[in-house]
Amino acid sequence: MRKRNSGKDKLITVALHIALAAGLFFAAFPIYWMLSSSFKSNTEIFALPPTILPKAFTLEAYAAILGDPVKLRFFFNSYFVAGAVTVLTVLIALLAAYGFSRFNFRGKGSLNTLIISTQTIPPITLLIPFFGLVVSYGIFDTYVALILTYLVFTLPYAILLMTGYLNTLPRDLDEAVAVDGGTSWTALWRVIVPISLPGIVATSVYTFLLCWNEFLFALTLTKSTSMRTVPIGIQLLMGQHAFEWNQMMAMSVLGSLPLLLIYLVAQRFFLAGMTAGSVK
Amino acid sequence: MTRQKRSHHKLKRAVAPYLYLSPSLLIVGLLMLLPMVTVIAYSFQNSAVLRRDPSFAGLKHYQAIFDDPVFWASLWHTLYFTCMSVVFHMTIGMIFALMLNSDRINPTLRNVLRVLYILPWLFTAVIIAVIWRLLLEPNGVVNSILMQMGIIGSKIEWFSSPETALHAVTFANIWAGYPLFMVSLLAGLQGIPKDFYEAADIDGARAYQKLIFITIPQLMPIIISISLLDFIWTMQVFPLIWITTGGGPIYATEVLSTYTYKLAFSSYNLSQASASAVVILLISLGLTLFYIRYQRAR
Repeated sequence: MRKRNSGKDKLITVALHIALAAGLFFAAFPIYWMLSSSFKSNTEIFALPPTILPKAFTLEAYAAILGDPVKLRFFFNSYFVAGAVTVLTVLIALLAAYGFSRFNFRGKGSLNTLIISTQTIPPITLLIPFFGLVVSYGIFDTYVALILTYLVFTLPYAILLMTGYLNTLPRDLDEAVAVDGGTSWTALWRVIVPISLPGIVATSVYTFLLCWNEFLFALTLTKSTSMRTVPIGIQLLMGQHAFEWNQMMAMSVLGSLPLLLIYLVAQRFFLAGMTAGSVK
Repeated sequence: MTRQKRSHHKLKRAVAPYLYLSPSLLIVGLLMLLPMVTVIAYSFQNSAVLRRDPSFAGLKHYQAIFDDPVFWASLWHTLYFTCMSVVFHMTIGMIFALMLNSDRINPTLRNVLRVLYILPWLFTAVIIAVIWRLLLEPNGVVNSILMQMGIIGSKIEWFSSPETALHAVTFANIWAGYPLFMVSLLAGLQGIPKDFYEAADIDGARAYQKLIFITIPQLMPIIISISLLDFIWTMQVFPLIWITTGGGPIYATEVLSTYTYKLAFSSYNLSQASASAVVILLISLGLTLFYIRYQRAR
């Protein structure tokens, strides 16, 4: 039980709440400013003194983005690439995780270390050889180039995440299938996959986030406007119309929607994905 | 089961894990290990990638990089950017986690604030860069607030003057990255047994004593492992700097990743860029080995 001296105690509580408010301002003001600027006209964004709430609320920036097929294509590309990589990653990682979780074999320990250590390879180091490979195989500026490269970055942690999940499932389940004469392949699809949904969702969320955020490879391995993803689209917008701040903010809001939605709907999985590898 | 059948079954059991792992191994081998070997090979060639039959260059490109003052400046900026980011991520993350964990605030407020404090995490580096460019525009809201409060006398060009640019990008990165610490430390705080604090209360310990002698030592494993990971990841940051300053003005915010990128894709000196990429790889590898050792020792 804590002894409390009421006068001093109240003061501490008040101070704490002031600190919390300051923290809130620090954390949320930049986001709020993005959101409110996306509903302003360009002249109002730089009005003096600054207007906290949009004085003349307008959706013109959103209309400009959503009415432009070039920009819609950025969104399509991002969703398509991230979606394709997520499906492939989950499938391939599931197989590998099943191997790691249910079998003992030579080299298991070193393969596991290899996979853990690939997580910290600097993207810029792989960029130059990837560029060389992509150009020489003639897949520069294609979806295939992006999907293959993203797979390399999503796979290692996806395998660890799935292995961790499969390890929590009792082995009796697949042994029951073996007793009935089924192969490990049948056990995987009939028994393991249906009860692995939480692990699969967490892996998908992690993979999708990683792809959605990727910038460096999308910048280097694509060239035509029709192949660009949202992050590159925002950068292009910045270069082309350096003064259309409201459009840039509207595009940023739209580009953040998937992450915000995933966070709101599946907070647990989101956090699991974002703390990738850091909490064992 | 007959003997033959049993040995057949055994063989299947022995081959199966490799079959399950084969797609992953193929991808990691072909698209990760092979490119790493390739980039090392490039760094010893003249006109790598650009010519079909590059000649052997020896250590020429490494020599060129180590003789380049911009490389050393980039290394220094990377260190400054990374160390400041990690230290402040940790400090802010810790303060926020402790505040949210306090029993002085009501649970509903706690839950709302927890979500709001995580906000910076929900945005892509590119979007964070664009937001901070808007905030720190010479005519932007930060300058006008600071001027109204009398803190600065005239408009500051945060990202385009050499004196402030590096601090400005570091600040933006600090803002973007503290939630990783906050979330991990909050989880850690909830894992500290309550009776530690009760025992300390009985001994009449003060709040700061409990913080120094119970809370921080208990959180140490999390603090160390996340700091290491954060260090490795922050060192590799590219989009935030690329979009806010592009490494400029002049070279004021050039870091190893932007330096390497420019060598490769602005100067098309892919050999020298590869040498620089190998240097970054070696630094990361050193830190990763350290991290894996630490995780094993736990």
